[in-house]
Amino acid sequence: MSKNINLYILVMFAVTYLIRALPVTLIRRKIRSPFLRSFLYYVPYVTLAVMTFPAIIESTQTPVSGILALAAGILAAWFGRSLLQVASLCCVVVLISEFFII
Amino acid sequence: MRSNQEAFREGMKDGVPIGLGYFAVAFALGVAARDAGLSPVQGFIASILCLASAGEYAGFTVIAAASPMFEMVLITLIINARYLLMSTAVSQKLSEKIRPVHRFGVAYFITDEIFAIEMWQKGNLNPFYTYGAGTVAAPLWAIGTALGILVGNLMPVRLVSALSVALFGMFLAVIIPPARKDRIILVLVIISFAASFAASRLPYLNLLSTGNRIILLTILLSACAAILFPHPEEEDEEPLEQNV
Repeated sequence: MSKNINLYILVMFAVTYLIRALPVTLIRRKIRSPFLRSFLYYVPYVTLAVMTFPAIIESTQTPVSGILALAAGILAAWFGRSLLQVASLCCVVVLISEFFII
Repeated sequence: MRSNQEAFREGMKDGVPIGLGYFAVAFALGVAARDAGLSPVQGFIASILCLASAGEYAGFTVIAAASPMFEMVLITLIINARYLLMSTAVSQKLSEKIRPVHRFGVAYFITDEIFAIEMWQKGNLNPFYTYGAGTVAAPLWAIGTALGILVGNLMPVRLVSALSVALFGMFLAVIIPPARKDRIILVLVIISFAASFAASRLPYLNLLSTGNRIILLTILLSACAAILFPHPEEEDEEPLEQNV
């Protein structure tokens, strides 16, 4: 059984790494197509935004603390706080607000 | 151009919030790994090799169910398919002159979070920046998984809840400053939030796995934005402006 688990892990690793490695190793030139360039320019914003919401309000004990963290994070980032500052502020907001809510 | 050493150090610094967020999430993942029968060592190895939260979680459920191996291949493919998009974006962020070995190295560290800070870099991506971030974040991810298998249920719920938003905070730090400068990005981010929320609630769409919803919405919304607002062509342009 334990040996079998190792095999599963190996397969999981192989597939995951191939997905990550294929595009970045095969596409070695700058893409010329204006559409594709614009598309790739927008991809990070959309994909990160989609991953953030509504996941942020589903990851906390109550949606309210998640919404507060979202609002605090947006404000802090809007006013140019660093990566670490924004991330820690969100954590602190959840910690404090959940003390009052729960 | 920064020296590789400076880039590595910079990466380590930015890897700290990622690592802390990973550590918390990995705890929860460790509990799933334990249910699947993994030892702490196996959990450590699975996490250091795969660096994928949703992907690993799905993988552990396959192991727990002792499903056929092709199911492991299929599920891993589907859940991690968004890395194809990220990897393509990263390919455009690397200098054409870079040694191929670095492409294989950078590929190893394509995760949602490391991708985010890579796109945050001004100009071309120095692979050593990625290695720096990975050196901090990856071990914390793997150690967190192993600890989760050992003592996952002992971590206070309040702490897990608070730490779990660290990664989302980072995403905000990456997308909000450019949105402030560029109205198109601002609107796009708001639409992405709304569409993502709607997709998680609407019938049929909410049956898709989170990973597939991310892919579907990313392709759809980015394509619409690219058609409506083609981004002006500039040779040496950086995809995301760094917020200094």
